Amino acid sequence: MSVQLSLDGVCRSFDGFKAINNLSLTIEKGELRAVIGPNGAGKTTMMDIITGKTRPDEGEVLWNQTVDLTKTDEAGSARLGIGRKFQKPTVFETQSVKTNIALSLKEPRTIWATLFHRSSAAEDARIAELLDLVKLSAVADWMAGDLSHGQKQWLEIGMLLAQDPELLLVDEPAAGMTDAETMRTADLLRSIAGKHTVVVVEHDMDFVRALNCRVTVLHQGHVLAEGSLDHVSANEQVIEVYLGR
Amino acid sequence: MGLIDRRMGIFLAGLFILTVAIPVGNLLIDGKPVPSYLVSLFGKYLCYALLAVALDLVWGYCGILSLGHGAFFALGGYAMGMHLMRQIGDRGVYANPDLPDFMVFLNYSELPWFWHGFDMFWFACLMVMLVPGLLAFVFGWFAFRSRVTGVYLSIITQAMTYALMLAFFRNEMGFGGNNGLTDFKDVLGFNLQSDSTRAGLFILSAIALAAGLLIAKAITNSKLGKILIAIRDSESRTRFLGYRVEEYKLFVFVVSAMMAGVAGALYTPQVGIINPGEFSPANSIEIVIWVALGGRGTLVGAAIGAFLVALTKTLLTGWLPEAWLFALGALFIFVTLFMPTGVLGVIESTLRRKPAPKPTQEASV
Repeated sequence: MSVQLSLDGVCRSFDGFKAINNLSLTIEKGELRAVIGPNGAGKTTMMDIITGKTRPDEGEVLWNQTVDLTKTDEAGSARLGIGRKFQKPTVFETQSVKTNIALSLKEPRTIWATLFHRSSAAEDARIAELLDLVKLSAVADWMAGDLSHGQKQWLEIGMLLAQDPELLLVDEPAAGMTDAETMRTADLLRSIAGKHTVVVVEHDMDFVRALNCRVTVLHQGHVLAEGSLDHVSANEQVIEVYLGR
Repeated sequence: MGLIDRRMGIFLAGLFILTVAIPVGNLLIDGKPVPSYLVSLFGKYLCYALLAVALDLVWGYCGILSLGHGAFFALGGYAMGMHLMRQIGDRGVYANPDLPDFMVFLNYSELPWFWHGFDMFWFACLMVMLVPGLLAFVFGWFAFRSRVTGVYLSIITQAMTYALMLAFFRNEMGFGGNNGLTDFKDVLGFNLQSDSTRAGLFILSAIALAAGLLIAKAITNSKLGKILIAIRDSESRTRFLGYRVEEYKLFVFVVSAMMAGVAGALYTPQVGIINPGEFSPANSIEIVIWVALGGRGTLVGAAIGAFLVALTKTLLTGWLPEAWLFALGALFIFVTLFMPTGVLGVIESTLRRKPAPKPTQEASV
């Protein structure tokens, strides 16, 4: 398998605080990877760096081993094929659920293409399919702002899938979901891995266990341990800083 | 939802009736039930309405609160004013065939380079859109690329119009200093003082307003329009979807500035003067009040708001001049506190409560 994303010796500090400290990480194509770590471990900053929102002070971030991600912005990284789901569900509240999905579809994003855009039957079918997948068909014409917290999470997952990205960065997808929904999310993420590369940041250990994948533990901006969940759970340092005794 | 929904249909029908009734009342009916000054006054309101629509396009849909839209309006007005000055020819007070009166008065020996070409009507019409569009492009390019948003953007737009006001006040700028451009005689051979020319300008303003509304509506109905709303509601989310937010903002800002320029160009011949006062920050703030009062993000509401406030201003400044600014301030506070959806929002929700027609559904992309 080839490498989808690699971080090498990445550092980033904010006002002297080293949010990311010599972080090196490699994600294979089609891999499902969970990233865990205590608050302030640098998980969100890591995502910001990958998506071009934050520039690292030093280090290398490579996409497909060739493209330098430190030179792109958010829109650029999205166009390369990196989709991101936020911890706090952010959907377009004053637009319908359907429109939220439609705006996310993988289509040209230039001024002219969007100004003269005409919806097609294929597009409508794709939207219907995605809404069905995230179980929001019944509320397709609702304003996204009227959805419950859990439904917004699903809508955002739907938007992420609509983008059809190569790499999905998913930040705490299970927050605010019921146990059943959490398990369904885990199933969904497992099912799309392989075709897509998926990186999940999560606190919920049951969820991580359900993902049944390689786990990276971050601490103070660098990788503390990596391996199966059982392997990292047995690591003395991990127990010390994160899992607790 | 097509280009002409119910709201737009009713407004355009009303505008059409007004556009027929006022010139007919002024020109064709004996005894002139509509006096000539009213024709130009209503023509002026139509220009304001178009300006309000232009602001609503950027503020209501894309969240760019421009406090400097008066500058684009004034630049359009100046571009047309320059043509009208050149049309005066040797009929000025100093009867100089090459130089406008104020240049003779200020001892200019020749026409400044930036006045060349304005003797041609088509060139002036081009500049009416090009100059505001170019300023908006350059300004927006730097501001949006640097991700200046919210209050900070509002403040620099305000600074922009203020700076232009100070510049245009200077005699050395070559735009007539604090007197501005005035004393216009005719346009394309039509006497600006004649009733029929005034009626013609009024009708043109109505057509421009209708066209502006339909263009704005077409933009906001398109997928691009939905992206604008997405930017307004969550700019960073839109970026992460792969949209270059600064390009969209720049596009809509430039379109809006050009629309404001056209409004200004129609305003100048009807009012008979354009001076640096049009750049004053207070003017630009007033535009924001029109839109807020009428109903932000509704286009039609913005036009109605402009009309209502301008009419009130005309009545009140005639009756109690010193009370106007207090009334304007009170109006803004009232609207913000009690009518967040504006006049149009209040009317529509009142109508909806009684017969309860089918709930408004948003169009699919």
